[in-house]
Amino acid sequence: MTSEAVSTSVETPYVARDTLTVRVELVRQLRRRRTLVAFGLAIALPLIVVAAVKLGPQSRGFGDGDLDLVGLATAGPWNFTLTMLLFASGFLLTIIAAMFLGDTVASEASWSTMRYLLAAPVPRRRFLRAKMIVGLLLTAITLLILIAVSFLIALVVFGSAPLTSPLGGAFDVTTSWQRLAIVTAYIGIQLLIPAGIAFLMSVLTDVPLGAVGAAVVIVIVLNIIDAIDALGDLRRFLPTDYGGSWADALGQQIAWDDMAIGASYALVTFAVLAAIAVLRFDRKDILS
Amino acid sequence: MRAWVGGTAAAVLVLLSVAAPPAARAQVEPVSMMLAGAPTSATDSTPVQLDADVYIPEVTPAPAVLLAHGFGGSKEGVAEEAQLLADAGFVVLAYTARGFGESTGLISMNAPDYEVADASALIDYLASLASVSMEAPGDPVVGVGGGSYGGALALLLAGYDDRIDAVAADITWNDLETSLFAQSAVDGVQPGVLKSLWTSLFFSSGLGLEPGQPVTECGRFTPDWCAAYVEAVTQGVVSPEASALMAQSSPRSIADRITAPVLLGAGQADSLFPLTQANANAEQIVNAPVKVVWHAGGHDGGIAETDRLRALTQAWFDQHLRGGPVVSDDFEVSLVEASALSDRDPGTVEVLSATDYPGIFGDGTTEMTVAAPPQQVLAPAGGAPAAITSLPGAGGLASLAGDLLAVPLPGQTAGFFTESLPTSMRIVGATRARITVSSDRPVDQAVLFASLRIVSANGRQALPQGLVAPIRIADLGPDPVTVDVVLPGVVTEAAAGDRLALVIATTDQGYRMPPGPAVYTVAAEGPLLLPTLQGTTASVGVPPWVWPVGAIVLTALIWIVVALLRPRDRAGEARPELAAVPLATRDLAKEFKGGLKAVDGVTFEVPPGVVLGLLGPNGAGKTTTMRMAMGLIRPTGGDTWIFGQHVRPGAPVLSRVGSFIEGPGFLPHLTGRQNLDLFWRASGRENGDPHLDEVLEIAGLGSAIDRKVRTYSQGMRQRLGIAQAMLGLPDLLVLDEPTNGLDPPQIREMRQVMHDYAASGKTVIVSSHLLSEVEQTCSTVVVMNHGHLIYSGTVEDLLAGRSGLRLEDVFLELVGEGHRVDQ
Repeated sequence: MTSEAVSTSVETPYVARDTLTVRVELVRQLRRRRTLVAFGLAIALPLIVVAAVKLGPQSRGFGDGDLDLVGLATAGPWNFTLTMLLFASGFLLTIIAAMFLGDTVASEASWSTMRYLLAAPVPRRRFLRAKMIVGLLLTAITLLILIAVSFLIALVVFGSAPLTSPLGGAFDVTTSWQRLAIVTAYIGIQLLIPAGIAFLMSVLTDVPLGAVGAAVVIVIVLNIIDAIDALGDLRRFLPTDYGGSWADALGQQIAWDDMAIGASYALVTFAVLAAIAVLRFDRKDILS
Repeated sequence: MRAWVGGTAAAVLVLLSVAAPPAARAQVEPVSMMLAGAPTSATDSTPVQLDADVYIPEVTPAPAVLLAHGFGGSKEGVAEEAQLLADAGFVVLAYTARGFGESTGLISMNAPDYEVADASALIDYLASLASVSMEAPGDPVVGVGGGSYGGALALLLAGYDDRIDAVAADITWNDLETSLFAQSAVDGVQPGVLKSLWTSLFFSSGLGLEPGQPVTECGRFTPDWCAAYVEAVTQGVVSPEASALMAQSSPRSIADRITAPVLLGAGQADSLFPLTQANANAEQIVNAPVKVVWHAGGHDGGIAETDRLRALTQAWFDQHLRGGPVVSDDFEVSLVEASALSDRDPGTVEVLSATDYPGIFGDGTTEMTVAAPPQQVLAPAGGAPAAITSLPGAGGLASLAGDLLAVPLPGQTAGFFTESLPTSMRIVGATRARITVSSDRPVDQAVLFASLRIVSANGRQALPQGLVAPIRIADLGPDPVTVDVVLPGVVTEAAAGDRLALVIATTDQGYRMPPGPAVYTVAAEGPLLLPTLQGTTASVGVPPWVWPVGAIVLTALIWIVVALLRPRDRAGEARPELAAVPLATRDLAKEFKGGLKAVDGVTFEVPPGVVLGLLGPNGAGKTTTMRMAMGLIRPTGGDTWIFGQHVRPGAPVLSRVGSFIEGPGFLPHLTGRQNLDLFWRASGRENGDPHLDEVLEIAGLGSAIDRKVRTYSQGMRQRLGIAQAMLGLPDLLVLDEPTNGLDPPQIREMRQVMHDYAASGKTVIVSSHLLSEVEQTCSTVVVMNHGHLIYSGTVEDLLAGRSGLRLEDVFLELVGEGHRVDQ
C-alpha cells in the first residue's frame, strides 16, 4: 500500500503465455484425492492379481478366458503386463480417463476458482489447453504406473521369460518390449475416446460428477450397441469398435489394419470433441 | 432341345423394360418369372419350372451371366451378386435349381440330364433375348458362376455346353465321392471315410422339411440319390450304382472338355470341399486357362472375402465376356495375419501371388524329420468319445472352435514332433508324411485321422483351420502297413521356436468310424515334406498407413478451423483518452437467454483514486456488470474499457484488476498459502511482486494460512479471497460484497484497507447492500436498479440539498423512482 506500487504497475508484468502453465496446473491437480486414488488403483490392481494367483486355491493361473493371453499371464513380466492391460483397458482405464478429463473443468467451476483464473486473466483457450494436457498427462501417468508396477511385480514373482504369444511362438526381449510399447500406445490412443467425451461434457456442465458419469455412460452405451450382433457391419462405424484391436499386435506379424483404423478413429473423435469444447467455451458466459 | 423358351415371359419382360422410365432405373430391377428347364425325369417329359430373376441392364445388347446358388439355397442367395453384375452392365439370370424353393422337380445333384440340362435350357432362353449379345444365332455371349453346389454346376455346364464363354466356380467339388468319402492315404482303398456330419447336413437341407409339410424320407431328392444316401449312412458302403451317380455329377468327369477360362476359388476354411478338391479341378482342366484363388473363407466359415471375390468375378467376366482389362492368371493365396481376437475385418488381407499355379504340394519342399518312436493309440468302442476338430454348418463359429477344440484326447492321439524351427516358416499346401500302422487284432477297416499341428514353445497346439486328413486302411492286422498320407492343405505360418507335429488320432466326430475297439501301433517313417511357395505379397485394400496419415491431416484441419473461429473482439478499439480511467462503460447491456435484461444501457466512468460504491437492490445487475467488466460474461450490447483498453474475455489489461466476485473460490485440498502461490503463478505475472506479506497481513489468517482451505470458516475464506484479489496490488480492485461473513471488527478493518488502498492512488470498486458501510467508505457511488443506471457521482452531490437525509433514505428514494421509470 505504498505509492511506489502505482508507478510500477502501469507497466504490468503480465505475459499471457505464462498464465496457467502445465506445470502449475499439474501441481494444482496432483495433490487431489482422486488423482491419488487413480494412481493407487493402478498400483493395487497388479498386486491384487498376483496375490490371487499366488495365494488362491488354484495356483495354476486363470482358467480359460476368451483370450488365451490370460492363460499365459504368469509366463513372464511382459505377458503379465499385457494381461493387466487387458483387464484394465475395458473399464478401469476408461473411467480413469473420463475422470481426469471430465472433472477437470467442471470442478473448477464448482469450486468457483474458474472465474478467478479467467479474470486473472488466463485466456480461455489457454485455460482449456492446460486442462486438456494435464488431464491426458495424468491418464498417461496412470497407464504407465500400471505397466511399471505390473512388470516389476511379475519380474519378481514369475521370472523374466520374454513374451509368449497367445497365437504361438515366443519373442526375444527386444521384440517383447516393442510389442508391449505398441499395445500401450494403442490403448493410450483408444482412451482418447472416453477422454474426449468427458472433456466436452466437462465444458458443458458445472457438475464434475455429471461430466464424468455422462462420459462413462456414453462409453458403456457405445459398448452395448457394439455388442448387438444384429447391427452387423454398422458397428464398424462406432469409435469404440476397435478397442480390442491391440491384440493384433501379438501375432508373429503385426496386423496393422484394424489398429490403424482404430487409432485414427480415436484421434479424429478426440479432435472433433475437443474442438466443439473449445468453440463452446470461447463463447460461454461464466456464471459459476 | 433348346426350344423351351418362356415366350410370354420374354414378352412381359420386353414390355416392362420399355414401360419403365429410364431415369428410375439407376439400379437394375430384376423381373421374376418361371422358366422352362429340362424334362422332369426319365419318365416324365414335362419340363421343370425354374424360378428365375432376370436383370436387364440399361445398355443392351450385353453379355449374359448365369448365376447358380449353393445347396439348400435359392435365387435369393445370389441376388446381391446378381445385382452387382447387372449394375455393371451384364444381363444376369439368377435362378433356383430344380428341387429347391419355388422351382419344381427333384434334386439330382447336378446330373447332366437334369440340372445341367436345365442350365442349358436357360442359355437357350438367354439366346432368345434381344438384349443379350450373340456370337452366333442361338449362341449368346454367356458366363456361368456359382459357389459350392452352384460352382459344380458351373463347371459341369462348361463341360457339357460349349456355348459357355467364362466360368467362375467357388468352393466346390471335383469328385463328389472323394469329397464325401475322404481318403488321404495315397492309393488307399475307396471309398474313404464318410463325412457323416457334413453329408447328413447336406442331405437334410435338401429334404425340405418345413412346418406344415408332410414328413418324408427322401424329401425332394430323386429316389436314386435318396437310396444311395441311406445305404452309405447305414452300411458305410457305396454301391457301384451310387458311385456312378456321383461320378456323373462330378466335374472330374468332364474337366478336360472345358475350354472356357475358369476362375477357380477354394476356401482355406473348408472341411467339406478342401483345397485338394479345387486342386484336382485345376489340374484336370487342361484345355482352358485357369486362375486359382485360395481365399480365407470356405464352408467352415473362416474370413469371408466376399467383396474381393465379387470384384474378381466381375473382372473375370469383364475380360472374358466383353474384352475388359486383363486379369492375370496368377495363383493367389490369402494370408490372414493371426489375431488374438477372432473378429477381424477382412478389408486388408494380404495376398501372396505366384505366376504359376504350384499345385497342392507347393513349388518347393522343406523336409523336417520327426522323432519316431512307435506309439500306441486306442480306437475306442463305438468311436466315442470323439475328437472335435470342426463344426460343420456352424459357419463363422467353426474355425474359431477348431482352434479351441483341437485338444487331443488322451490315449487316442499319437504325436510325432520336429525340432524347434530355427526360423519362421510359411506352409502353403498339403504336407506329406509316411507312417506305419499295425493293429493288436485283425480289423476289417482301420480309420485314422492325420493332421499337422503347430506347437508353440509353451506347449499349446494349434490345428490350422481345424482340418484333419482321414485315412481308411482295409484289413489291418499285427503286420505293420506303410501308408503315405497327404495331410490337409493349409496356408499357415509357424513361428521360430515352434515345433511341428504330425498327429495321428483315432476319432473325429465329423466322420463315420468303425464300431469295434482296437489298439493301433503307429510310427512315423521318414521326414515330413512341407510345401512352400515363393511368391510376391501385396496388400489388398487400403494400406494401413493411409488411416493415421488421414487422421492427422483431418485433425490438423479441425484445429485450423478452430483457430479461424477464434472469437473476434466485437468493438475492439482502445480509447487512449481513457488511459487513466480505471473503468468506463458505454451502453452496457446483457440480455440472458429467455429475455431477462439483467443490464440495460449502463454508462458510467469510475474516476481514479477513489473508493466507488456500486449500489442497488438484489437483481439490480451489479454482479452482471462486474462480470462483464471482468470479461466473464459477454455483453449483448455496449462496451467496457479498463484503463482505456477494451475488455473482452482474457484481455491482458485485466491483469491490472484484482477481483472478488460472488464469494471466494479456492482449491479445497490445498492450504491458503498454496492457493495464493498457485493463483499468482497461474496469473501470468510471475515476474512481478505479489506483495505477499502485505496481502497476508490483510487476510489476517495467522498460522491458519498453512491449513487446507477445506478446514476454513466462511469468514476465513472471505478474507483469503480478498487477499487473493489484492495479490500484486492491482491498480483496480473490484470487490463484490466483501464484508459478507465478517464480524464487526473485521468489517472495520476492511474499511480501513479499502480507504488506504485508494489513498495510494489506486481505485476500489465495492458493491454492497450495507448502505451505512458504503456511506462510511465510499466517496463516489453508482446506483443501479432493474438493470438501469440511476445515479453516478459523488456521495456529496447525491446528498447535497437533502440535508438531514442519510444515504439510505436517498437510496430508497432513488430506487422508488427507478421503479416508476421502469413502469
